[in-house]
Amino acid sequence: MPSPRPIASCVPINNAGARMKPSLNAVYGWLLLLPAMVLLAAFTHYPALATLWHSFQSTPKGNRPAVYVGADNYISMYQDPVFWQALWNNLAYAAITIPVSVALALVMALWVNRNLAGRGFLRMAYFTPTVLPMVAVANIWLFFYTPQYGLLDQIAHVFGLSSTNWLGKRDTALPALMMVTIWKEAGFFMIFYLAALQQVPPSLREAAMLEGASRWQYFWRVLLPLLMPTTLFVLINALINAFRLVDHVLVMTKGGPDNASTLLLFYIYEVGFSYWDTAYAATLSVVLLAILSITALIKFRWLDRRTHYQ
Amino acid sequence: MTSKLDTLGAWLLGIVWFLPLAYAVWAAFHPPAYSTHFDLTAPLTLRNFAAAWHAAPFARYFLNTFILVTMVLVAQFILSTLAAYSFARFEFRGRDFVFMLVLLQLMIMPDVLIVENYRMMSWLGVRDTIFSVGLPYFASAFGIFLLRQTFKTVPRELEEAARMEGANRWQVLMKVYVPLAKPIYVAYGLVSVSYHWNNFLWPLIITNSVETRPLTVGLQVFASTDQGIDWSVITAATLLSAAPLLVAFLLFQRQFVQSFMRAGIR
Repeated sequence: MPSPRPIASCVPINNAGARMKPSLNAVYGWLLLLPAMVLLAAFTHYPALATLWHSFQSTPKGNRPAVYVGADNYISMYQDPVFWQALWNNLAYAAITIPVSVALALVMALWVNRNLAGRGFLRMAYFTPTVLPMVAVANIWLFFYTPQYGLLDQIAHVFGLSSTNWLGKRDTALPALMMVTIWKEAGFFMIFYLAALQQVPPSLREAAMLEGASRWQYFWRVLLPLLMPTTLFVLINALINAFRLVDHVLVMTKGGPDNASTLLLFYIYEVGFSYWDTAYAATLSVVLLAILSITALIKFRWLDRRTHYQ
Repeated sequence: MTSKLDTLGAWLLGIVWFLPLAYAVWAAFHPPAYSTHFDLTAPLTLRNFAAAWHAAPFARYFLNTFILVTMVLVAQFILSTLAAYSFARFEFRGRDFVFMLVLLQLMIMPDVLIVENYRMMSWLGVRDTIFSVGLPYFASAFGIFLLRQTFKTVPRELEEAARMEGANRWQVLMKVYVPLAKPIYVAYGLVSVSYHWNNFLWPLIITNSVETRPLTVGLQVFASTDQGIDWSVITAATLLSAAPLLVAFLLFQRQFVQSFMRAGIR
C-alpha cells in the first residue's frame, strides 16, 4: 500500500481542495470506523438480533440444548398476567412521569433564568439529584418512605394523620417510585430548557409587551413554540429513560407488593437472572426493543426535519 | 406581585428538591438516636462514616469504580474520535447508512440488552471482570455524534494549511481537529463519567465479587444485607459513594451545567 504522504503533499499544489483519490479515501474512512463498528455490532446490533432469534427457542436446561419452539414463548407471554402488569405499569409510569417532569423542568428553567433571589442555590437544588447515583437516591428515598420513622410519616404525624406504608401498599408503591423519578429527572431536563431560553432574544419579550400581550399570552404564543425543538428532544430522552432505568425498582420495592410496581426491564431482569429463563427473557426483551424502535423511528423523522433547517 | 409569587414558588420547590439530600446529610452526621429525631442541639459525629467504611470494602469499590470510569472514558475518546473524523471528513459509499446504524444505539442502549450481553460475556469468558462492565459502552453513538458535529464545524482551510506544511491525515486529526474540540471532550467526559459512576443494573448482573464490583453495586449489597444495619450507617455509605461526584459538582457547578447543556444541544 502506498504511503499517503506523497499523494497528500502533491495534490494541493494544483488543487486547493486537497482531496485524496476516492478509493484510498474510502479505505481510510472504513479503517477509522472499524474499531467502533466492531464493538457496536458486537454489543448493540448482534444482541438485538440475537434477542429476536432466541425468543423463538426454548431455554437450554442441563444437557438439553435449545430447540426451535415457534411462537410458544409469545403465547406464554400473552397468557402471563405479570407481563401485562409490567407493561401497563410501565406505560402508566411513562404517562405520568414524563409530562410532570418535563413541565416541572420548564417551570424551573423559567424561574432560574430570571433574576430571583437565591438563584444560585435554586439552580443547585434543582440540578443536584441529576449527579447522584440512582441507587444512592433510592436508598435515601427508602428512608423517606419508611413507615413511622420516615420523614413523610413524621410530617403526617404532625398533622395528625396516621402512618402509611408507602412502598408496601399496592396502590401507593408505583406512585412512590414515580415521585423519585420525577425528582431525579426534572433538574436534568431543566438544563436543556435553560440553554434554549438563553438563546431567546430579550427584544422578543419587549415587542410582545409593547403589543399589549400578557405574560401568559407571551408564554403560550411566543415562548412555547420557540422551545418546541427542546421539548421534543427532552420528551424523547424521557421516554427512553422511562423504559431503561429500573435501579430504583430494584432497590426500593423489587417490583412488589404483588408485582404492583414492576416495570418491563425489571421483569426481564427477574426472569433472566433470578429464574434463569433466558428464552422467555428474550421474548420480553423483544417487546421492549419494539417500543424503543418505535421511539427511534419518531426521533429519526424529527432529526431529519431539523437538519433541513441547518 | 407576580415576581414575589414566583420567588415563593421557586423557593418552595427548591426546598422540596433539596430535602432528601438534607435529610441524608442530617442522618449521616448525627448519632443513630437522632436519625429520625430533629434537634438542632444534637451532637455531630463522623462515627457513621467510619462504621460504614469498615463494614464493607468501600476502598476496593472506589478503586473499581475509578478503574472502570477511566477505562471507559479513554476507550470512548479514542474510538469516538476516529469514527467521528471518518464520518465528518471522509467520503465513501455507505457512509450515511453506517451512520444510521451508529445512531441506532442512541435508542437501543446496552442497558436494555442485558440478557444477550451476559451471554456474550460468558462466551468471551470475561464475566466478573471490570473489563466486562465497561466493554459494551466503549463504542458510543452519543460520543461519535457529538464529535462528528464538532469536527464538521472546523474550517477546511485550517486542514488545508496543515496539509501544505506537510502534515499527514493523522497529524491533521491530532493537531487541528482534536485541540479545537477540547470543550466538547470536556463536556462529553463529564457526562460519561457521571453516567458510568452511577450505572447499576449491568454491573450488578455481570460482577460477582468484591474485586470487580463498582461502588453502586457495593452500596446495594451493603444496604440490602438484613443485619439490622441502622439508617445512619446506610445514609453515611450512600453519601460516601456519591461524594466524589457531588463534591466535584459543587466545586465546578458552572462547568457541569454548561457541559450537560453542550452535550444536549445537537
